[in-house]
Amino acid sequence: MSKAKPNRNIVRPYGDATGDGMVQMSFTLPLPHDKRAEGAAQLFATKMGMDPAMVVHAKAMGPDFTFFVVYGPVHHLVDVRDVVVQERDYPLLAPKEVNAAIKRGLRRPLVVVGACIGTDAHTVGIDAILNIKGFAGEKGLEYYSEITVVNLGAQVAVPELVEQARAHKADAVLVSQVVTQRDAHLHNTKEMSAAFREAFPAERRPLLVVGGPRFDELATAELGVDRIFGRGTTPGEVASYLVSALVPVPDARPANRPDTRKKAS
Amino acid sequence: MSRSTTDPRRMLDLDPVTIRKARALARRAGAPVVSLAKRHTTVSVERAVLRLAGLEGADVEGIPWVNRLVDVVRADAGLEHGVALPVWDAMARTGDDLLTVAQKAAAGSVTFRVPEGRDAARAAKAARAQVAAGIRRIDANRRQRDRLITRFGPQPAPWIYLIVATGDIYEDIPQAQAAAREGADVIAVIRSTGQSLLDYVPEGPTREGYAGTYATQANFRLMRAALDETSAELGRYVRLTNYASGLCMPEIASLAGLERLDMMLNDSMYGILFRDINPVRTFVDQRFSRQIHARAGIIINTGEDNYLTTADAVDAAHTVTVSQLLNEFFAKEAGLADWQLGLGHAFEINPDLPDSFRLELAHAMLARALFPDAPLKWMPPTKHMTGDVFRGYLLDGFFNLAGALTGQGILLVGMMTEAVVTPWLSDRDLALQNVRYVFNAAGNLREDFRPAPDGFIANRARQVLGEAVDLLDRIVDDTLLEAIADGTFGLMKRPADAGRGLDGVVRKESGYLNPATDLLEEGATR
Repeated sequence: MSKAKPNRNIVRPYGDATGDGMVQMSFTLPLPHDKRAEGAAQLFATKMGMDPAMVVHAKAMGPDFTFFVVYGPVHHLVDVRDVVVQERDYPLLAPKEVNAAIKRGLRRPLVVVGACIGTDAHTVGIDAILNIKGFAGEKGLEYYSEITVVNLGAQVAVPELVEQARAHKADAVLVSQVVTQRDAHLHNTKEMSAAFREAFPAERRPLLVVGGPRFDELATAELGVDRIFGRGTTPGEVASYLVSALVPVPDARPANRPDTRKKAS
Repeated sequence: MSRSTTDPRRMLDLDPVTIRKARALARRAGAPVVSLAKRHTTVSVERAVLRLAGLEGADVEGIPWVNRLVDVVRADAGLEHGVALPVWDAMARTGDDLLTVAQKAAAGSVTFRVPEGRDAARAAKAARAQVAAGIRRIDANRRQRDRLITRFGPQPAPWIYLIVATGDIYEDIPQAQAAAREGADVIAVIRSTGQSLLDYVPEGPTREGYAGTYATQANFRLMRAALDETSAELGRYVRLTNYASGLCMPEIASLAGLERLDMMLNDSMYGILFRDINPVRTFVDQRFSRQIHARAGIIINTGEDNYLTTADAVDAAHTVTVSQLLNEFFAKEAGLADWQLGLGHAFEINPDLPDSFRLELAHAMLARALFPDAPLKWMPPTKHMTGDVFRGYLLDGFFNLAGALTGQGILLVGMMTEAVVTPWLSDRDLALQNVRYVFNAAGNLREDFRPAPDGFIANRARQVLGEAVDLLDRIVDDTLLEAIADGTFGLMKRPADAGRGLDGVVRKESGYLNPATDLLEEGATR
C-alpha cells in the first residue's frame, strides 16, 4: 500500500475510515412486517448500491407498512471536478442583513408594490412572497422592517398597477402569474413591462420582477422584465435579489456573507 | 391529582392581584372592540345566516348561491338591515323557496326591498323559523357528540393532535383514519394555501388544493363520517378540526356546527396580522363565529404560536400572554366556556440560547397558571427546525417533555421533517413514538416537579406577566385598534381603515335583523 497523499477530488462517503463508503438510509415499504419484508428491504438497498446492506431496524407501521433503517457501504465514487453548480448572481442575505443593507445604502425604506395582473385571481404566489406568513419557513417581505410592501392583490389592471407604482414611488414591482391558459402569463407580463417602459423614463422605471410556476427564468429579455423567479422561490431570495439590484453598496464593506448554499443545477 | 399540590399559580407564586388586574385590563381593551363589532355586520355574517337557513350549492361558475344572493340584496336594498328581511320578504311576495329566490336573484328576475310594517313582521317570523332549523341541527350535532363521548368515555389529556394535508379529500380520508389508528385523538385538515383570502366558500368535495385541502361543507361531511367509522372501530371519539379564519370565518364556523366538527382554529387577531384582513371585518366575523362555536360545543384553538414565528420567542413572550387574555375576553363575551378555550402557545425559543428549556417551561407554566380550566394548545417547534431531522427529533422530545411537565391539554405533534417535506407515514409514526416515550417515561413527573420558589422559572414567569400587564396598560390607553395599527403584535402594522374585506363591512341601521344572532344570544331554538 502506498502512503501517497489521497486524491482529494475523488470521494465517497465516510463512516469512520477513509474510503469505507458507509451510508445510512431509512425508508418505508408498503409491506406487512415479516421476514419477507426485511428481505425486500435488503434487496432494495443492495440495488441502490449498498453492498452488503445491513437492515439494522424494521418496524411495522400499521398492518400494511414497514419502516426500515439500513446501513452499508456504497462503492460509487464522485469526482468533485465534475460537479456543476449554478452560481446565484447575488448573495443570499438574512432578513437582518437585508434591513441593514437598505438602511445603509438607501437611507430610506425600499418600496415594493406587488400584484396579480390580468384575470389571474391566484394570489398564492404573491402572498407567499409578500405576506408576513411567508413560504418554506421564511417570512414574507412584510416582515422586513426596511421594506415597505403594498400588496394590491388579485386581478389588478396594468394601468392601475402603473398608477399605484407611481403613487407609492415603488422601487420594485412584483407581479405574480399562475394562470397559463393560452399563454396568458406571457401576454400579461409583456403588456405590463411595455406599460412601465412607456410611463417611466428608463432611469426612473421601477425594477420589474415577475414570478410564477411556469416561467422560464432565462426569458427576461423576451418579456421585458428585470428578473424572473420560478417555482419554489422563497421570500429571502427575492429580498436578497432586490438588495443586490437596487441598493448601492456604500464605501464601507458590505455585510454580505458568502453564498454557501449553492444549488446544484 | 389535586390542584393544591400541583397548582402552577402557587408554584410560580403569581400575585392574584396582578392576575386580576391583567384580566380587567384585557376587558377594558376589548370592550370597545365588542361594541364596534355589535354595530356592524359583514357580507360573510349575512351569508352565514343564509347557510344556517339551509341555502347550499353554487351556480355553474362555482359561485355559491349565498354569495349571489347577498350581492344582489346588497345592490338592491343594502345590507344595513341584514339580508334576512329583504330575502324572506321576497320569498313571501313570490311564493318561492330560498334556493329559487337565490337563482332568480342571480338571473335578475327578482328585486329586493327592505319591508316595513306587517310585511317586515311576516318576513322576520319566517326567517327566524327557517334559520332556527339550522340552529337546531347544530344543537342536535352537539347532543350526538356528547352521546358518542359518553359511549366511548372521555379522552385523557393531552389530546394528540395530528395534521393531514394532501389537497385531495379522498386521500385525506385514509390518511386521517390511519393517523387515528396510530393514536391521534384529533385530526386537523389543513386548508389550501390562500383559502383564507377567498371571499366565498368553495362547494363540493375537492381534490385539488395547494399544500392543503379546501374547507367545504361536503369535505367536512365526508371526513366527519369517515372519522365516526374509525371512532367506532377504535372505541374512542376522534375529533375533527378545521379553520374558522379568513374572510369566510362566520360561514365556515356555521358549516362546522352543521357538520359536527369538534375544534376550530379561531383566533381573534390572526387574520388581521398575518393575512392583512381588515381589523373591523375580522372582529365582526370573529364575534359571530364564536357565538356559533359556543352553541355548537366546539373548542376553539387560538393562534398565539404565530407571533413567535415572526417575533423573538423570548422578547415577545408577553405578547402571547396579552393575546391569550384578549382571546379569552372575546371568547367569553361570545358565550364560550373555559373548557372551549384552546389558547395557543408554542415551543419556539432558539435552542442555542442558554437555559432555553427553562424559559420554555416558565412560559408554558405561566399559561397553565393563568388559564387553569382551559385546555391550552401546545404547538411544536417550527422556526428552529432546520432540516437536520436528527436534531429536530430531539427538540420535539423536549417539546413533549415541556408539555408533560406543564399539563398541556392539546398537543400538536411535532414532525422532525418540519420545513423539509409534508409529513411522511414514517415521520408521523416516529413522532408518535416520541410522544409515547416521553409521556410513558415522564407523564407523571409533574407530581414531583416544583420549580424553586424564587428560582429562574418562577422569576421568569412573573417577569413575563408583569410585561404583559404593562403592555395591556398601554393598549388600554392607546385602544386596541391603534395597538394593532402600530405593530404591537407579531410586528405587523394593520390600520383599522385598510386591509382585505373592508368593503364587506356594513354599519347596521336601526331595525337591523339577524335571526341567527337573536337565536344564539337568546339561547332559543325556535
